[in-house]
Amino acid sequence: MQEFLQQVVNGLTVGSVYSLVALGYTMVYGILRLINFAHGEMFMVGSYLALSTVSVLGMGQVASGSLGGILLVFLISMTAVAGLGVLVERVAYRPLRRASRLAPIVSALGASIFLQNAIMLIYGTRFKVFPEKLIPQISWEVGGVKITLMRVVILVVSLLLMAALYTLVQKTQLGAAIRACALDHDTARLMGIDVDRIVSLVFIIGPALGAAAGVMVGMFYYQINFVIGWTYGIRAFTAAILGGIGNIPGAMLGGLILGVLETLGAGYISPGWKDAISFFLLILILIVRPTGILGERVAEKV
Amino acid sequence: MALLEVENLHIFYGHVHALKGITFHVNEGEMLTLLGANGAGKSTILRAVSGLLRPRQGRIVFDGKDITGLPAHQIVRLGVSHAPEGRKIFPTLTVEENLNLGAYSRWRDRTGVEESRRLVFRLFPRLAERRHQLAGTLSGGEQQMLAISRALMARPRLLLLDEPSLGLAPLLVRAIFKTIKEINAQGVTTLLVEQNARLALKLAHRGSVLETGNIVLSGTARSLLADERVRKAYLGER
Ligand SMILES: Nc1ncnc2c1ncn2[C@@H]1O[C@H](COP(=O)(O)OP(=O)(O)O)[C@@H](O)[C@H]1O
Ligand SMILES: [Mg+2]
Repeated sequence: MQEFLQQVVNGLTVGSVYSLVALGYTMVYGILRLINFAHGEMFMVGSYLALSTVSVLGMGQVASGSLGGILLVFLISMTAVAGLGVLVERVAYRPLRRASRLAPIVSALGASIFLQNAIMLIYGTRFKVFPEKLIPQISWEVGGVKITLMRVVILVVSLLLMAALYTLVQKTQLGAAIRACALDHDTARLMGIDVDRIVSLVFIIGPALGAAAGVMVGMFYYQINFVIGWTYGIRAFTAAILGGIGNIPGAMLGGLILGVLETLGAGYISPGWKDAISFFLLILILIVRPTGILGERVAEKV
Repeated sequence: MALLEVENLHIFYGHVHALKGITFHVNEGEMLTLLGANGAGKSTILRAVSGLLRPRQGRIVFDGKDITGLPAHQIVRLGVSHAPEGRKIFPTLTVEENLNLGAYSRWRDRTGVEESRRLVFRLFPRLAERRHQLAGTLSGGEQQMLAISRALMARPRLLLLDEPSLGLAPLLVRAIFKTIKEINAQGVTTLLVEQNARLALKLAHRGSVLETGNIVLSGTARSLLADERVRKAYLGER
């Protein structure tokens, strides 16, 4: 039982990272009916930017990073990646807004490959390592379940960011405008909403959340590589589909469920099954319930 | 004085030439109705005026300002509201959220928005009762009330209404038309597109008849009601 609980706690930690990344996929899909295949790369770039910031500031070399320092790392990475997201939308997607459905997909893959290669050229192909002391290695035992400070940080930061997003989207006029755009661009325009600006906003929020996830994954696993955008991207994408693509609470839920299932699978079956589980799940949902857990039937735009 | 002037308007959907040089105007305070069979181009005219479509050729002047090619979200701010065909309310948003979005560009003017809210709740008390309900759960008639109210929340000087009677029971249609008349009487210039020509001509001051992208007939509502061709083609008389 304790082992099971431990797996669940571990699963929720990874899962909350998937949720953060999944939100980017789901929000862009919601508003443009487009899978932003370059989104995993936002996560990856966020992680590398954190690495650079940490090393420039000399954090974690002798002592653990201060709270202010860690916040600064998040802030820089999230801001820069948000800018990158807006840029990708302008360059790779906006010119194709009226093109066939295939064109933006090709463009998305192109953007993804471009970013991967850029990072590879700048940082090299080898694993890059975060300083181990960055986050103090404290842990607690609660009812036989071990929880490290880093896991608490991941859970708390993820949940706070998601709560903030949920409040923005559900409780504010700007959020209502985002939801209106997701339903019907033309009618949103008739309300006086500048749809292009809302699209830009979504390409700020999604990548910023993805970057936050990238920062935490780097600090948690210590080492990163330019392919993590793909490995985490495909899981987060699965999480978004699982929850119902286009559905914001769905992405949050989907990530948590996927994280827990994956961790349980790795623990009780074999670690080698971890990847297989998310792919298996993706295929299963697509067959059994393509709309995901919370998704309603998506009214396809003509 | 003309509040809206449309001159030689040409609109294409790809290769389809939907409007073939339309010219008309709407005077300040009046109600003009556009009549015509399905596919004549009535909705296309409204979509061009509100900025959803870009004319290939021609000019649209609102209140003396050339608004041709201006993006839709800016045209709303100038005082043109469009309640589109098929109502197009946001079904998964509440009634209140729909109304607030109607006033999206008036976020600086809190007291004014509050005033508009009171006005639409007075016109359609049913919406006040259902303000916290999801708009998609409203009946067809209530959705139409919401669509009109949402357009009014922008405090328009020109109101574009596209087939407000579509799919509604006769009793409801009469109630809604009565309200439209009241709105117009309060000084909101109205451009009304209707399939129900008889009702529309009873309400409007003037009318224009559209056939496949051309205006073929214009005149006062009274003269159109008496016109032989109109009676045959649109009022169902032999
Ligand atoms: N989105 C569109 N794409 C292509 N053709 C369209 C589109 N919308 C309307 N049309 C065509 O333009 C013409 C005018 O349509 P519309 O303005 O909707 O007519 P009405 O409102 O008078 O019924 C019709 O021939 C219609 O088929
Ligand atoms: Mg029409």
